[in-house]
Amino acid sequence: MDRKIRVLVGKPGLDGHDRGAKVVAAALRDAGMEVIYTGLHQTCESIVEAAIQEDVHIIGLSILSGAHMTIFPKVLSLLEKKQAKAIIVIGGGIIPREDMKKLEKKGVKKLFGPGTPTTEIVHWIRENVGARSGKTRPRKSKKTRSAKKR
Amino acid sequence: MNFLKKILKGDKLTIARVISDVENESNAKILEKIFPYTGKAYHIGITGPPGAGKSTLVNVIAKRLLEKNNKIGIIAVDPTSPFSGGALLGDRIRMTDLALNKNVFIRSMASRGSLGGLARKTIDAALVLDAAGMDYILIETIGVGQVELDIAEVCDTTVVILVPESGDSVQAMKAGLLEIADIIVVNKGDRDGVDRLLMELKFAFELREQKAGWDFPVLKTTATTEAGIDTLVFEIQNHQEYLNKSGRLEKERKAKLMRRINELVGDKIKLHLREKIIQKEELERIIDKVYERKLNPYNIADKIAKKMIKTRN
Repeated sequence: MDRKIRVLVGKPGLDGHDRGAKVVAAALRDAGMEVIYTGLHQTCESIVEAAIQEDVHIIGLSILSGAHMTIFPKVLSLLEKKQAKAIIVIGGGIIPREDMKKLEKKGVKKLFGPGTPTTEIVHWIRENVGARSGKTRPRKSKKTRSAKKR
Repeated sequence: MNFLKKILKGDKLTIARVISDVENESNAKILEKIFPYTGKAYHIGITGPPGAGKSTLVNVIAKRLLEKNNKIGIIAVDPTSPFSGGALLGDRIRMTDLALNKNVFIRSMASRGSLGGLARKTIDAALVLDAAGMDYILIETIGVGQVELDIAEVCDTTVVILVPESGDSVQAMKAGLLEIADIIVVNKGDRDGVDRLLMELKFAFELREQKAGWDFPVLKTTATTEAGIDTLVFEIQNHQEYLNKSGRLEKERKAKLMRRINELVGDKIKLHLREKIIQKEELERIIDKVYERKLNPYNIADKIAKKMIKTRN
C-alpha cells in the first residue's frame, strides 16, 4: 500500500493572512496528499507538537509578517529537541532573497516566493518525499530506499 | 521490542509512527503485539452532519475530562477525495486549546475510501492510543448523513450532534443516525428553532424502544460558549457508569469483538479469493460471458465458493 504524503500547513505567529496557505493546502490535497491545516496564530511549539502527533513528512509554514528569521530557526530547533528533525521544513511568504539563503543554510529545505506555481511546490514535495515506494518511511529507511525503486 | 515499551510509556513520537504503520498496513504483526495491553480506555464517539460543531464539542469535552486528570486520545476523521485521493484535515483548528497539553494526543485521519464515517483503520489506531494509557478516546467522524454508522461499532458511548437546521421529528424517526445515539445533542443552542427541535426529538425518542434502564438524554449545548457542556460530560459519564453497572459494557464489547473477528475473516477470504482462487483476467473473461447471458452470476458464485473450499491455503 502506498504511504500517503502527509503535510502540515501552518500559519505561525501574528499574521492573519491565510489565503496563500489555503491555496497551497488545496493544491496539495488535489495532488493526492493528506494535508493537516492547523489554522491561524499558531505558536512554533504547537506546530511542532502537531507535526509529531500527525506524523507528517513535511511542515510548510506561510509567513507574511516578517518574523521568518525568528520562526523558522525556532521550529527547526524544537524539532531537533523533540528528536523529530527528520521532518522536512519548507516555507513561503514574503521573504527577502538574502534571508532565504541564510534560512536554507540553517536547515530550511526550500522556500517558495510569491508567484510560485502550486505545481512547482507539489513537484518539489514529491521529489523530496519518497512516499511512492510503498512501505518506505523516508526518514529511517536505510535499507528500503535502495532496495525499491520506481 | 523497544517500540512497545515506548508506546506503553506514552511516547508521542512512537505512538504517531505506529499509528502511521497501522494506517499503511506496513507492519502486520504490530497490532497483535499491542492488543494484550488494550481494553482499558473508554471510547466516546461524536458524530453528526458537517458543520454541526463536532470538533468544537470534542475540544470542550476533552477540556472537561482533562480537569478530572484523565489522559485523552482524540481521533478526528475527515473525508478523502474520491477523485484525487487527497484530503484536507482541518479538525485541529478547533482544538488549539489542547495542542500543548501533555495529557492529550490528537490524530487526524483521512477516510481513505471508507464510506461508514470513519477510516477503515480508525478502530486499530484507537487500539494504539488505548495501549498508550489513554483513559478516554474521543472519536470524531466525518460529517455524516443518515447511514454512516460505523462509529457505534467502535465506541462505547455514541453522541449524535444535530443543529436546529437538521429537520423535524419525522427526520428524527427515520432509520439510521439517531438509532445509534446514546445521547443526542442539539448544538448551536443560541439559534432560532432549537427548543422546537428539542421538543420534537424528545417526542420521537419516547416512541423509540428504550434500552432497559437507559433514558436517552436530549441535550442543548452551545459549544463556542461552553453552555451545556457540564451536563453533556455528566451524561457521558453517567452512561459509562450505567454500562459498567448493568454489565452491558462487557456484553456489547464482546459482541463487537465477535463482529470484528468476522470482518477480519471476511477481509482475509476476499484477499485469498483475489490472490489464490481466481485471477482478475479469468474473472473478466467470465464476466464477459455473464454479460452476454451465457453464464449466470448465481452459478458462478457457487462454483467459486466450492473451488475455494476445496483449495487449502
